Amino acid sequence: MSKIILDRLQEKFGADVLETSSFRGDDVAVVRPSRWREVAEFVKNDPACQCDYFVDLSAVDRCDPNTDDLDMPDRFEVFFIVHSLKKKHRVRVKARVSGEDPRIDSIASVWSGANWQEREAFDMFGVRFEGHPDLRRILMYEEFEGHPLRKEYPANRAQPLVAYRENTFDKLGPFLRDEGMPLNRSVSVDLERTPENPHALDKNN
Amino acid sequence: MADLSSDTRIVGGGESGFVTTRFDALLNWARKYSLFQYPFVTACCGMEFMAAASPRYDLARFGAEAPRFSPRQADVLWVVGTISQRQAPALRRIYEQMTEPKWVIAFGTCASCGGFYDNYATVPGIDKIIPVDVMIPGCPPRPEAVLDGLMLLQKKIGEGDRTPAVLKNTEMPEEHKRSLEQLHQIRLKR
Ligand code: SF4
Repeated sequence: MSKIILDRLQEKFGADVLETSSFRGDDVAVVRPSRWREVAEFVKNDPACQCDYFVDLSAVDRCDPNTDDLDMPDRFEVFFIVHSLKKKHRVRVKARVSGEDPRIDSIASVWSGANWQEREAFDMFGVRFEGHPDLRRILMYEEFEGHPLRKEYPANRAQPLVAYRENTFDKLGPFLRDEGMPLNRSVSVDLERTPENPHALDKNN
Repeated sequence: MADLSSDTRIVGGGESGFVTTRFDALLNWARKYSLFQYPFVTACCGMEFMAAASPRYDLARFGAEAPRFSPRQADVLWVVGTISQRQAPALRRIYEQMTEPKWVIAFGTCASCGGFYDNYATVPGIDKIIPVDVMIPGCPPRPEAVLDGLMLLQKKIGEGDRTPAVLKNTEMPEEHKRSLEQLHQIRLKR
């Protein structure tokens, strides 16, 4: 690949393009978050880039909750991937925002496809996209607290909308003979829940 | 009539014979062979449900033929696939809309216990939300397992047993093994 987009970006934004790299035709540019929206408009409208097709936008949580400061300045890496149908090239642009107050400009007005992707990144990571027309959660529900893909969120902490029923049993076994029967079923069931038999089931369940 | 309980007696014989039984036994016998189903299909298990319901495996053989897409008309709720926390209120509502008597089958590992989704998004088994009668493990379960689960439900209906049951691996009865063997031999000879 000819890295046209990376060259054009460096020409136009100079030191605000912090890093570039290219791996097997995948061009990546890391830019300063303050120029995010301008960069997006540029790669869309520049005659040499013409990235008219929006592919993806999301975020990455780069911190290690055990060793890193959760408020570290470059914690969340927001990226978008865009493609040019005319020039047949694509680019990934990234920007790093702080963990303390992750904010970045919305690019939903540049590519309208970014609208829902930004809502997802907000939902999962809590990155605020300024100027987004309707920044609400998209996958989780309004009652959900926190942002589940942040590293400090415990992976199996559920926030049920419907209160769980009681006396449900642990299905990881070991199974008792009453919890399933072979095809020629003839087992009659003893359902007392005793200390030796903690998995036994409630008849009224 | 063989499946009616021991309360059933055939009295008399010939053309004038008649049968006595307990009313609830008769009712349960009738119910278990006319299950109207409501498929609540949310994920990949749905493919296997389609296979089980379509002619090759043919759920209809067990009287569970007619799917009803209104829970008010259904007897069995098939919960087929992963239930997310966000979907839980909908599932609960559907269950509440069904009229008594009603039964629930958890189809697949996800519906039974959350499967490999031990995370913020998935309900760890629909029995956390609604009462379940039969859980069919498998990711997805084979149609044979599904039919076995349905037969287990029928047996439970016949007995009036409302305890949740996990379908276990099924041993093939000896005579079936033998007849399969014979079939195989016949094929080989052709
Ligand atoms: S049990 Fe397996 S096949 Fe069924 S819904 Fe879950 S992941 Fe999909």
